[in-house]
Amino acid sequence: MAVVKDTAVAAPAVRAGRLSRLLDDETRLGRLMLAPAILYIALLVGLPFFLALYFSLTDITVGSRTLHFVGLKKFHEVIHTPTFKLALKNTFIFAFVSQLLVLILAKILALALVKDFRGKWFVRLLILLPWVAPISLGSIGWLWILDSIYSVVNWVLVHWRFVREPLRLLGILDPRMPPMWLGQPELAMASIITVHVWRLLPLATVILLAGLTSIPKDIHDAAAVDGAGFWRHLFEITIPLVAPIMIVAVLFGFIFAFTDMIVIYVLTRGGPYNSTQVLASLAFFTGIDGGDLAEGAAISLFLFPLLVAAAFIFLRIARRAEVT
Amino acid sequence: MRRGSVRALLGGGAHFGLLAAFVAFTAFPFYWMLVTMFKETSDLLNPNNNPFLFNQPPTLEHLRVLFGETLFGQWLLNTAFVGVLVVAITLLLAVPAGYSLARLTGRLGEQLGIAIFLTYLVPPTILFIPLSRVVATLGLQDSLWSLVLVYPSFTVPFCTWLLMGFFKAIPRDLEEAAMIDGYSRFGAFAKVVIPISVAGVLTVVIFSFTLVMQEFVYALTFITAARRFTVSVGVPTFLVRGDVYFWGSLMGACFIASVPIAVLYNFFLDRFISGFTVGAVK
Amino acid sequence: MAIVEARNVKKYFGEVKAVDGVDLATREGEFLVLLGPSGCGKTTLLRMIAGLEKPTAGEIVIGGQVVNDLPPRARRIAMVFQSYALYPHMTVFRNIAFPLKAQGVPKAMRKDKVLWSASMFGITHLLQRKPRELSGGERQRVALARALVREPDVFLLDEPLSNLDAKLRNAARDELQQFQRRIGTTTIYVTHDQIEAMGLGDRIAVMNAGKVRQLGPPQEVYDEPADTFVAAFLGSPPMNLVEGDAVIVGFRPEQFLPAELHTAAPLVTFTFRLTRVENLGADRLLYGVLEAPFSGQRAIAKLPSTVTLSLQPGEKYPFAVPQQHLKFFDRTSGLRTAPRPL
Repeated sequence: MAVVKDTAVAAPAVRAGRLSRLLDDETRLGRLMLAPAILYIALLVGLPFFLALYFSLTDITVGSRTLHFVGLKKFHEVIHTPTFKLALKNTFIFAFVSQLLVLILAKILALALVKDFRGKWFVRLLILLPWVAPISLGSIGWLWILDSIYSVVNWVLVHWRFVREPLRLLGILDPRMPPMWLGQPELAMASIITVHVWRLLPLATVILLAGLTSIPKDIHDAAAVDGAGFWRHLFEITIPLVAPIMIVAVLFGFIFAFTDMIVIYVLTRGGPYNSTQVLASLAFFTGIDGGDLAEGAAISLFLFPLLVAAAFIFLRIARRAEVT
Repeated sequence: MRRGSVRALLGGGAHFGLLAAFVAFTAFPFYWMLVTMFKETSDLLNPNNNPFLFNQPPTLEHLRVLFGETLFGQWLLNTAFVGVLVVAITLLLAVPAGYSLARLTGRLGEQLGIAIFLTYLVPPTILFIPLSRVVATLGLQDSLWSLVLVYPSFTVPFCTWLLMGFFKAIPRDLEEAAMIDGYSRFGAFAKVVIPISVAGVLTVVIFSFTLVMQEFVYALTFITAARRFTVSVGVPTFLVRGDVYFWGSLMGACFIASVPIAVLYNFFLDRFISGFTVGAVK
Repeated sequence: MAIVEARNVKKYFGEVKAVDGVDLATREGEFLVLLGPSGCGKTTLLRMIAGLEKPTAGEIVIGGQVVNDLPPRARRIAMVFQSYALYPHMTVFRNIAFPLKAQGVPKAMRKDKVLWSASMFGITHLLQRKPRELSGGERQRVALARALVREPDVFLLDEPLSNLDAKLRNAARDELQQFQRRIGTTTIYVTHDQIEAMGLGDRIAVMNAGKVRQLGPPQEVYDEPADTFVAAFLGSPPMNLVEGDAVIVGFRPEQFLPAELHTAAPLVTFTFRLTRVENLGADRLLYGVLEAPFSGQRAIAKLPSTVTLSLQPGEKYPFAVPQQHLKFFDRTSGLRTAPRPL
């Protein structure tokens, strides 16, 4: 050991003192490192959330200096306005129809994407675009596509004979009066739903795809050896195995559908005649544009029970995922 | 044998057709933006022109207008300003928190981790009204700083959750070796864990930035002056004036602000998904 | 150099008593092996010595100082992990230099020390590589070099050979021992492999269920097991344990031979009904059943292949053990008791 033993490695200077002890103490260090994030979230998510609850029980407006506690009066008022009833109905139609479509389309698309093929990454990129691009900008693209006069969809309907003639014969299309996609109530809702499906399809697809690729190949092989055909395989092997992940996808889809107002704000502003007004957009127009903070808060809180339900399901899944 | 190959061919064709249809649906609006931004206005606004063709030669006029005569450039700068600051705040808060949850807080940490993730599910549509009041009280209304303050409220929960997953995947031995080699618990984190997690940190940077770019509701609520808008709000509110639409410039703005970031994001998507699926995918 | 002591050390994880009252002290410069089956608490004990776990009760003493409240870095120890725990983002050079950097050793001196340590293990040509570019044996050497470079008072090794393949393991064992003899630093080595333990240790501490069952030089632990656990854990095949009226009698398979082969006296003779013969090349293992007074109990005999005696399954033979090689254990406690006539 006579090799290098010299002065350099004298006892390591462990700085005594509170700081140095803190940097070694797991429990206190852990709390200290976590505290800023928790504090931030408490102040900017927790506090506003309770403020929303509180506002909804008062008569606060944008300019008001004083506010009065009015109890459940705002909720009571809100429930009885026809606009609110319509928005509530629209919210459910919007959320359920778009989620159903997303789920079916995403399932098909994910099955098509499981296979390996050349240029897969590029196809994936193209399919993901609607999700990763800012939705307010994507919606403007649709605003142009669905324009009342210059709509490319209408141009195709009117100018492509093989599209026009069958539709005309079915009585769906009058070429002299092409549809106003965002100007007629039913069409406006259909357009909103389409854009929303367009936007959420990529997310649901990649989540399902992650689920599909996580099924071990052995299981597919075993099913094939056991003589399962395509449909039996799909319904008895594949779908049950990706079910938990499908639930996650649907959950996020619902949360986005219930709380999103961007598509509606850009495309229709809730019109025509509130036919595309949903709770989220109504809360914005009432609370911010209309200046009635209390009523806006009350409207937005109707979303809350739905979110609690979503969170509950989410927790159950998280717990189950932990067990396996 | 022959029947089999015919079926395979048909199957291949169907597969291709199916994917083509989906790609047409998802990518068409972006393609349409790209085409529109290079067309003359008179070409765009003639209902008898075939919209799929360039009936007049392509032009760069819309892009000139966009960058020369609108605030688009300013909005891009604003977005970058908010984005950089929000990313910095997010890293500062989420990296230590993620590590703490992964390693230092035990079972309590698991519960807290899920609780933090759940706050991500509380949507802006519930919070924007009270937050507008908070922002006003702080005197930050109509200032980009209001966005810098509020945006981490949605980036921090998700990034904390993502980073927790990254840190959990690092072998404990490495940190313990660093502690034996002469570092404190915190030193092991700073000198060994963070350098190993570069990929994870980079992912968080990209996601925070894209989330900032996409945000709409808060920016619409807190900001009123055109000069201070971010791209996602400025374009739909200020380039659309009444019934006068500058379609060429508008589409150019949409394309430029969405596609490059989308391509970048695509590289990090797999990690993002594993965060979303809460370990339901192994 | 330092002496490491554990004084009545306990570690409970909730209900689980991982280490349940261990008293143990190394000697100056000794190579001490902690041996036991998995889950016996040996790794937990080592981690408490390193400072990676806090004892529930008791004291850890290194070089005469109670170190319970000192963090790992202040204990002047170095540790080699089972996984080697090489930092994947650093080159071999930076891996080895890492502990020096932590101590604030000047750059020039750092380089000298890294070169010295690397040359001790013959890895100077690997210094610019990343860990993922190394073979298992090379990684192990890097881990050892990183432990050596700061010249610690104590080496702690946690199954450092278990990730090597069998052939490499023999060579590594040899090198490790030579290296330890040369630097003479107190070393505590955890393993579940009795061959490693016998071959490397100056002394072996056999652990089971959180307690040290026996501490002693390898031969002593082998020849004079303190209880039935140690007797059954060491040796391949392990000691035969047969139950008598009041005691358990133990004898090593290699002492249990056909009576006519024994030269020394006095002998104790058993009637052995052979059931199966296993030829292992160097040895023959004879499986069988004893007759009265141990009727029905199984035993194994190990004959060197130099003994060509013909032995047929199904036949009975007189087998014997020299009296001095019979070990006696209490039936209830399993502890060694005084020899007694059978």
